[in-house]
Amino acid sequence: MPAALVALWEVAARLGEIPPNVLPAPSGVVAAALRLARSGELAQNIGVSTLRALSGFAVGGGIGLALGLANGLSSLSEKLTDTTLQMIRNVPHLALIPLVILWFGIDEEAKLFLVALGVFFPIYINTLHGIRSVDPQLVEMGRVYGMSEARLFGEVILPGALPSIFVGLRYALGIMWLTLIVAETISASSGIGYMAMQAREFLLVDVVVLSILIYALLGKLADSVARLLERLSLRWHPAYQFR
Amino acid sequence: MVASTLSRDAEIPFADRAASPRPGPATGLPVTVRGLAKTFGDMPVLAGVDLHIPAGQFVAVVGKSGCGKSTLLRLVVGLETPSAGDVRLGDASEARRSTRLMFQEPRLLPWKRVVANVAVGLDPSVPASRRREEALHALREVGLENRADDWPSVLSGGQRQRVALARALVSRPRFLALDEPLGALDALTRIEMQGLVERIWTAQLFTAVLVTHDVGEAVALADRILVIDAGRIALDVPVDVPRPRRRGDPKLARIEGRVFDHLFNDQGAGI
Repeated sequence: MPAALVALWEVAARLGEIPPNVLPAPSGVVAAALRLARSGELAQNIGVSTLRALSGFAVGGGIGLALGLANGLSSLSEKLTDTTLQMIRNVPHLALIPLVILWFGIDEEAKLFLVALGVFFPIYINTLHGIRSVDPQLVEMGRVYGMSEARLFGEVILPGALPSIFVGLRYALGIMWLTLIVAETISASSGIGYMAMQAREFLLVDVVVLSILIYALLGKLADSVARLLERLSLRWHPAYQFR
Repeated sequence: MVASTLSRDAEIPFADRAASPRPGPATGLPVTVRGLAKTFGDMPVLAGVDLHIPAGQFVAVVGKSGCGKSTLLRLVVGLETPSAGDVRLGDASEARRSTRLMFQEPRLLPWKRVVANVAVGLDPSVPASRRREEALHALREVGLENRADDWPSVLSGGQRQRVALARALVSRPRFLALDEPLGALDALTRIEMQGLVERIWTAQLFTAVLVTHDVGEAVALADRILVIDAGRIALDVPVDVPRPRRRGDPKLARIEGRVFDHLFNDQGAGI
């Protein structure tokens, strides 16, 4: 079905039903991809965007995971930080773009900050929820069977929270690309979003369409990797069993 | 409880443990409870219980729901702290390590395979190289060695409870507390499990306390039955019927009748 749609799109474009300045033919997009790949521009822009996405994700996700674990395990830590975090959560992170540009200019820090802020909350909230929903009977069993606090965390609490942490991870990956697209199209001097915005100025519709497709593919790729990790680490879960 | 220590040792399936770091022979711990009381808020649950259980005895505790029988067990294994009185399990230094509790639910870790779940019961000092072997040994005891590498989620309720039993026994406890472990099983599986518990207890000679609401189960398994009512021991009867016991033995039926009378006369008096 998707192949048929692409074929229909190709035919319609060749017959002139779709004007090339609205949507170029798929073959035109492929040609643009080849042209940019040959000049090295494509690989460089994808590399820059991916690096931004991943570093922002590592920073925001890492802090979110750490705070989620801390607040799930310690009521003191939760009392100190949770209310504040919940208040900040209500601010849409993309609304901060003007402020972020004032703070950081349009350099790397701005994008990193926005991506990190965007992925922080889904990871934080789902980690916290995961730890809260660990079966207290299993925790009691671990204590009765003489597990040390470290073993209890590693063998009972963390694996119990993992399904929920993965939900947060997949959600965060979606937000990661979304934030990056917005940040790069508004202010950037490299990356896929920048490539798209520049192409727009020169009316290179094929490059714009290509950029959109690359974003879609990268998003799909990230989701597939997350699914694979999930399947590997949740093999015990009845929902992921194949034998 | 007739065989000599020597002949027992020969039968103990865990006796081949020259390499095991666990010292001492596997004998039961005696339990002494003095003036034990527990209140939750304003609610007295146990009001002064005195009890001595000699080493290796199998005691069943029965009573209506909410009578405090589970609380008594949780106090004995140290899961709750008493409001008054004290519990002594043999020589206190080793008591914590050689005590095991089997819960009403299997409480297996769903993310560990069966054999790893059993190994949870091993002392952390047991070296990694021996853990699997010892866990497999315990699984063989409960007849589930062939399920060692399955996930708990694919086992039946009875099988899960047998894995939980293997986990409780893998460290060769000297005191085993059973908190209605067979309550959720169907009648046939339950009878099978009772036989299994009795067989293992006969072989390993630990002290056992079984909390149950099934008087028939208490009579079939125990050396002695305690009836708890309103937070006190209301009846303490020995079950001096030799093993193996046959279901429907008139002597057992008489004891069962006595326990029932006690449980329900009390209710009659209350109305």
